Amino acid sequence: MSLHLSHYLILAAILFSISLAGIVINRKNVIILLMSIEIMLLAVNLNFIAFSHYLDDLAGQIFVFFILTVAAAEAAIGLAILVVLFRNRGSINVTDISELKG
Amino acid sequence: MTETIIFYAFAFLTVTAATAVVTARNPVHAALFLVLTFFTSAVIWITLEAEFLAISLVLVYVGAVMVLFLFVVMMLDINIARLHEGFSRVLPLGIIVAAIMFVLMWSVVTSDIFSLNSMPNPVPKGADFSNTKALGSVLYTDYVFAFEIAAVILLVAIVAAISLTMRKRPRTKYQNPSDQIKVRKEDRLRIVKMPTSREES
Repeated sequence: MSLHLSHYLILAAILFSISLAGIVINRKNVIILLMSIEIMLLAVNLNFIAFSHYLDDLAGQIFVFFILTVAAAEAAIGLAILVVLFRNRGSINVTDISELKG
Repeated sequence: MTETIIFYAFAFLTVTAATAVVTARNPVHAALFLVLTFFTSAVIWITLEAEFLAISLVLVYVGAVMVLFLFVVMMLDINIARLHEGFSRVLPLGIIVAAIMFVLMWSVVTSDIFSLNSMPNPVPKGADFSNTKALGSVLYTDYVFAFEIAAVILLVAIVAAISLTMRKRPRTKYQNPSDQIKVRKEDRLRIVKMPTSREES
């Protein structure tokens, strides 16, 4: 009944799968898509930290630090794009953004 | 034993909150459930002896990024019903994709490489061990260039976010420092000569 590495990896896999399902079923809502990406990054971070703990190596935690930085920048720019999109189109529905269809 | 109970309780909470994020009808509720997901994940990170990252997850994510999310969600006037249409139609597809993904990852992570035999539980660190200190001593020596690149990325994010959302309105009042410096006394000051009125006695 003791914990080992697989427990954490399976939890991260469940989180990743949930966010993947979220990306598939919320295709029209950009905000939920961004949130699903955040959960994905969280799952990856959990993997990094679990490996860092079990291998006793701090490099994993350093990597998580940089992932957090990049994710914060990504969220800020993504939300800024979303605000500009809403200002120009009056909607954030993905199906309304079809100007550049090939 | 206590650790196992804590892990299962918070893992259950995390998974439930994450499911609620992707199925919530209202984006505000989704953002709040995402906050709960981050909090419970931070607890799991603390049990993995990553105290500094757990705290920074709460401070940076819950304190800054999620507030930004909530701000944007509440600022935009979103038609919820329209965004939610076709939800039940693609739900089976989403579950299938997630199940395939999970089975694939399950088959990898439950293999013998990650079992207790090949990766034993590490010895718990003593109470005088400082995770923040250890992280900082590596971050500012071995990873200092990556650290500076991260700083540049944040700067680029600030500039990009501001320049994207700033708009020039014709009636916006703003200062022109060049004109302010070039100003001379004659532009501002006008001396009016008036005849002095004499008091009638």
